[in-house]
Amino acid sequence: MDVDLTDEKRFLQETARKFLEQAAPVSALRQAALAGAPPLTREFWTQATGLGFAALLTPEHYGGAGTEQPLLDLVVVAGEMGRQLAPGPLLPVSVVTDALLAAGTPDQQRQYLPGLADGSRLITWAAGEPGEVWEPAQAQTTARRDGREFVLTGHKIAVEAADLADEFLVTARAAEGVAQFLIPRDQPGLEIRLQPRYDLARIFGDLDLREVRVPAEALVGEPGGIGAVLEHQYQLALCLQAAETAALLERIFEETISYLRTRYAFGRTLASYQALKHRIADHKLWLEAALGISTALTHALAAGDPGSARLASAAKAHIGDQAVTIISDCSQLFGGIAQTWEHDMHLYLRRATANKFVYGSPAQHRDRLCRLSGL
Amino acid sequence: MIVSQQESPEAFGARARAWIAANLPPGDGAAGLEVDDEHEAQIVAEARQLQKLIFEAGFAGIRFPAEYGGQGLTRAHQLAWREAAAGYRLPSAFNVTHGILAPTLLEFGTAEQKARHLPAMLSGDELWVQFLSEPGAGSDMAGLLTRAVRDGDRFLLNGSKIWSTGAHFSDYAMVLARTNPEMPKHAGLSMFYLPIRSPGVTVTPIKLVTGGSHFCQEFFDDVELPAASLIGAENDGWRVATGLLFHERNMVGANSLNDHVSVTTRGDGQADAGGEIVALAAALGRAGDPLTRQLIGEMLVLQALEDPAIARVNALMAAGRMPAQGAAIVKLLASLSQYRIKEIGLEIAGTSALAGPGDAAGVQGQRWLGARIGTIAGGSNEMQRNLISERVLGLPREAAPDRDVPFSQVLASRRAQG
Repeated sequence: MDVDLTDEKRFLQETARKFLEQAAPVSALRQAALAGAPPLTREFWTQATGLGFAALLTPEHYGGAGTEQPLLDLVVVAGEMGRQLAPGPLLPVSVVTDALLAAGTPDQQRQYLPGLADGSRLITWAAGEPGEVWEPAQAQTTARRDGREFVLTGHKIAVEAADLADEFLVTARAAEGVAQFLIPRDQPGLEIRLQPRYDLARIFGDLDLREVRVPAEALVGEPGGIGAVLEHQYQLALCLQAAETAALLERIFEETISYLRTRYAFGRTLASYQALKHRIADHKLWLEAALGISTALTHALAAGDPGSARLASAAKAHIGDQAVTIISDCSQLFGGIAQTWEHDMHLYLRRATANKFVYGSPAQHRDRLCRLSGL
Repeated sequence: MIVSQQESPEAFGARARAWIAANLPPGDGAAGLEVDDEHEAQIVAEARQLQKLIFEAGFAGIRFPAEYGGQGLTRAHQLAWREAAAGYRLPSAFNVTHGILAPTLLEFGTAEQKARHLPAMLSGDELWVQFLSEPGAGSDMAGLLTRAVRDGDRFLLNGSKIWSTGAHFSDYAMVLARTNPEMPKHAGLSMFYLPIRSPGVTVTPIKLVTGGSHFCQEFFDDVELPAASLIGAENDGWRVATGLLFHERNMVGANSLNDHVSVTTRGDGQADAGGEIVALAAALGRAGDPLTRQLIGEMLVLQALEDPAIARVNALMAAGRMPAQGAAIVKLLASLSQYRIKEIGLEIAGTSALAGPGDAAGVQGQRWLGARIGTIAGGSNEMQRNLISERVLGLPREAAPDRDVPFSQVLASRRAQG
């Protein structure tokens, strides 16, 4: 997110912040987890999309916001959702919107885009596979052509909002190359296994696809012809994840400093101890680097700059590692109180830990950076 | 100059590109700190010629005022020049002169001092350096002992300075000295400038771990300083030094007034080091080794972070949302990254790093030996961490028992502590 937000973006940010503080307070995550209630409800998502959260990438004629800088605006909302640890499948819904805009038929666009934008339809992205395979181009789920139909077999992991999604956008390997399909949740042969709640704001699920039969109309783009579209979806996911994670890291860092200023030990505030000040200085440095590369990635992706691929992986590698490392150290600085269920620290740690691995681990992205650099 | 009459950055960049292609030699990958004395003297001589050439063509001191020999243009023009100059050899021996001393003189010098020296700095005639640290005062520079005692309309300078970059081939120096030991340590200091080849000045190059003599120590024996060589007022030298140090921290950032920071040559060669390490890994047959790939990936991440971090910190400072000391964030990032990249280069070279500076692997071994220079020079990592925590984040400052105490008493108390 830019340092200098325009008035429109500042308004968007304030609107999102106020709404999320009221409609999705962090304390509600704990209550929902204890009650076994879902963190995300369609009512909440309808309210959020009512404010246009999911309409930013969508053109006006499909019910979208039609703003001048769709991605930059979307990143503002992603950052606010990160700060608030808000539930809501902003990331996968945005990726699916991106896919439909880039590769969907006019019929598909008419059928799906308005509903995604207003929240009446929820489609999530099923990209990850067992063995921590996250790059869409490496999908191993198979799609065998059978007349006018495709038959999909394979497994997907860590699919966000798997509990509420109406459809899944599933990547799979066809004879011509990687393809993607829209599959309704009740399609025969599709089994959804919801995971226990780790990130208290999100429910992930694994998909087993056993001979799931879909018509050719379910294809989003031509098999083997959507390499650039899939890569863009992947970078968009990394971009929104980076913005969300950097923002939540910024918030917990600010709260930690506030705590250190007020907590006394041996007649001094904790904030006055150089051993702690130097740790805080290092965290500040890597936090600013995280926010900086998140912004650079957003601009590169919005501009269609070919450097966005490297920025995306560098952002993931840096933010994925540093968010967890810094939050863990913030937990140490808070001491015992941060080890309790009632403290918010673990909620941030849970979210950052999940974000470290979903869409590829920092180690995988360091390797991808080597590949992107010709090594 | 009226803005509407100013050449656009694009037009300026295009003109610069054409001139550079016709006049500047191609870059050879900056040699960094591991060059020997002879090579360094040659680099400096060549830099003076290159700087003169650039000055005569009307490209020197892009953001310096025209009345002092600069071009009076904007940061956008400077950026256009830097982009155009990427891949060419630049007079980087003038980095310190143009990035630190010239901006300090511009900020604190008298009109006469500026008119006399700024054009000479920009034309390649005068190389400047700062004499600040002392053998007994590094991070706590205000605790310095070099004295300048007033004697009518002149001062007599006695003492010693250390870690001055390239003083043995420089022409002028700014020197911070104690003019009143009865005032608290920061208050009794004054900034002067002097020709380095003045009577009573002895310059001794310091041989570093890597063999070169990039830094020097100076000894002053009753060196005469005219009162007109004061920069700023008498006993107001700490303010000038603070300004100088600010420019020093800014050296790695886009705020620097120094034009010779190009995309591929950051003056110390570290941007090139990454490419060399990638090539080395391939040459050693380690490109497929997962551990090597993790290390190179880590290096690529560090390199990717730098420019966006600089842009963000600059934007925050420009918007007034971060104090000027935010430059310490950029300095610490650069120091930590470059240190880590040297470790990575060494790790990938392995035993072939032990071969000596003759080949690409041996260079990694040499760079590693000098890796701590960058985390100390220009303000140690620890000082940057103090600045970030105290000045940027506003956390409580460290206790300093010598603050607000006459410096003569501080010395007495040091002696008493034995």
